[in-house]
Amino acid sequence: MSNKKQRFTGAEIIWECLIREGVEVVFGYPGGTILPTYDALNKYRNKVHHVLSRHEQGATHMADGYARVSGKVGVAMGTSGPGATNMITGMATAMMDSSPIVCITGQVSSSVIGSDAFQEIDITGAAIPVTKHSYLVMDIGELASTIREAFYVAHTGRPGPVLIDIPKDIQNDSIEFIYPEDELILPGYHPPEDVSEDYITKFSTMVNQAEKPVILAGHGVLLSNACSEVMELAEKSSIPITTTLLGIGGVPDSHPLVLGMMGMHGESWANHAIQEADLLIACGMRFDDRVTGNLKTYSPNSKKIHIEIDPSEINKNVKVDLAIHADLGTVLRHVNPQIIKLNRKKWLDIISGWHHDSKRRDILNIKSDKLLGAQVIRKIWEGTKGNALIISDVGQHQMLEAQYYKHEEPRTLLTSGGLGTMGFSLPAAIGASFHEKDKEIWVIVGDGSIQMTMMELGTAMQENTNINIAIINNGYLGMVRQWQQMFYDSRYAETPISSPDFVKLAEAYGMNGYRVDSIEDILPTMEKVQKNSGPSLVEFKVEEHEIVYPMVPAGADLHEMIQRPWNEVNNNGQIQEKEKVK
Amino acid sequence: MKQTLITLVEDKPGVLNRISSLFRRRNFNIESLVVGHSETSGVSRMTIVANEPEASKRGNIYFNLLKLVNVIAVKDVSKLPCISREFILIKINISPDKLNEVNNIVKQYGARIVDMGTETLIVEATDEESVINNLISVLQPYEITEIVRTGKIAMRKGKTHNVSSNNINSKPDDLSWTPDHITAYQI
Repeated sequence: MSNKKQRFTGAEIIWECLIREGVEVVFGYPGGTILPTYDALNKYRNKVHHVLSRHEQGATHMADGYARVSGKVGVAMGTSGPGATNMITGMATAMMDSSPIVCITGQVSSSVIGSDAFQEIDITGAAIPVTKHSYLVMDIGELASTIREAFYVAHTGRPGPVLIDIPKDIQNDSIEFIYPEDELILPGYHPPEDVSEDYITKFSTMVNQAEKPVILAGHGVLLSNACSEVMELAEKSSIPITTTLLGIGGVPDSHPLVLGMMGMHGESWANHAIQEADLLIACGMRFDDRVTGNLKTYSPNSKKIHIEIDPSEINKNVKVDLAIHADLGTVLRHVNPQIIKLNRKKWLDIISGWHHDSKRRDILNIKSDKLLGAQVIRKIWEGTKGNALIISDVGQHQMLEAQYYKHEEPRTLLTSGGLGTMGFSLPAAIGASFHEKDKEIWVIVGDGSIQMTMMELGTAMQENTNINIAIINNGYLGMVRQWQQMFYDSRYAETPISSPDFVKLAEAYGMNGYRVDSIEDILPTMEKVQKNSGPSLVEFKVEEHEIVYPMVPAGADLHEMIQRPWNEVNNNGQIQEKEKVK
Repeated sequence: MKQTLITLVEDKPGVLNRISSLFRRRNFNIESLVVGHSETSGVSRMTIVANEPEASKRGNIYFNLLKLVNVIAVKDVSKLPCISREFILIKINISPDKLNEVNNIVKQYGARIVDMGTETLIVEATDEESVINNLISVLQPYEITEIVRTGKIAMRKGKTHNVSSNNINSKPDDLSWTPDHITAYQI
């Protein structure tokens, strides 16, 4: 776009602005009220690639996956009414996991807004609780500045989804237009910039004086690009680190100070460390109920430092002693020079002690006639040498992935943590594949989850994406079945689920399909898959009654976890032994 | 504890919706919300009264409000010297022989009778919430048929700074619009 005033339609302005924001790919689905914008797309084909999803929810997850892996803003587009409401789950997913996406929806013409016109829905209002902000553009003169503002809001501060609803007549209208270059002024929006010296000193003093500190690394570590700063703090002061589900990858899993995941399905030693600590350093995390367990008994003897960019998250669930509302990386760059070198041998020895019988308790040691989900995940880790980009869905396989796939690099695991959106993985992987063009990508998904957004196999084929899909098929909605077994006396209400023949399904879409039901076949099948170009699908037939251990029952104390079973499964292939430690 | 929040918002469609949606969604108890124009064009001013016993929850309300993109500034004036007022209209069914009694009460409260029908009168009063509550209770023995109250509005005493000099990184100050620090809500 030149700096000379030219006449543009609203639809053209949308594309011009997206290109200015550096957008290379848009995920969407056309329809009545967004037609002018899709028509204008023809002029911009050489600059923007459009991916046709099979459902608008898929388009939003694609934008989300793209955003999570690239750190850039993902863009989804759809029509009004059902197109827009279909995007709500995707926006809510991005909201809960702080993922920067911009959703653009068509709206009925401004003259008929409020008349219940065909495919009219108040998406600006409906999106309020599931977005960081939402806009309805009623004047073409404000279109460009609104798009610019939306991108700014989406990726600054605590990132999140932003919706822009644009009536059809605004897209058709035209004006003389220059791209706004003036400074963006949002009077009510101020991401924090700096942190006072006072807090830095308090922070470092607390760390230097602590005897049993633990770092809790959350998604903020990745979002703030503070991975090396967190490791520097940990290494300098020999502080063990445990991560949230979304914090996985922020610190290398193979590092001796990294304890693994905390919380409901976290490692027992990580949870014990939290409960016994005298200092928790919470880095960009929000003390979700899935990581704290019973709040009344949560880490009772520790002082708590919370570094968080969103002040409304501080003191929400867990009261802290030092609250720092700032960007994590900025804070740690100030703090780290003031940290004294310590080896903390005593504390680290105590933590190693909690590993005592964990090797024997490992699911991988269980003798089972049937393939176990945990084994599949571990083999995928081996077969990809730990270097793949993994997109996991929601359920047992998600927790097993978090436990058994070791991530060394940031942004190598994408998963729906906060909202727990089943069906997230396949579309998110398609989106991510547009950024990670050369990386090996594996979707790890259950038979329940895949069937929620399975139609996106069509998108994967149409775009010839380089994704591989591992379906962990146990014939159940496994995590719900696990809860039914443990807390509802094994009354399996509506958790057995049938599936299509996934190999034939893959073939119907024109992709390579494989089925594996023994541990020996995993790696050879993966080798075949790795030689394919384009998407492949592998169905793993696994044990139906596998349970994810360890587990802290909902609302129980964090240290009251049910450990992994002592050694073997019983004759029915069921793992039933429950015992509590401590 | 009652929490009074003066909130400056952009005068744009849907802002009230965003604020009420926030209170409902987060399960915060709202007592009253008054909105009107401020001294600056394009800026509306709200006085919100919430009632949450826990300090951390009051902090959560504060920071969630502040987080809304259309909210320019929020000041928690619960503990600051303020003039706070509420306006009320009370309609009473009354027989002529009770008129003097009511008139005396009304005078005592600095209120006034603004309308007198054959069997009804309307009392208007402006005062602090507690005084308004007292007025209602002393009028209770008469037949009150309608009450409308505006909810509380509040203004800090002293020379307040302009909102445009607002800076998130500067030190909080009672007379500025600078956001409170999280420690303000620490017990």
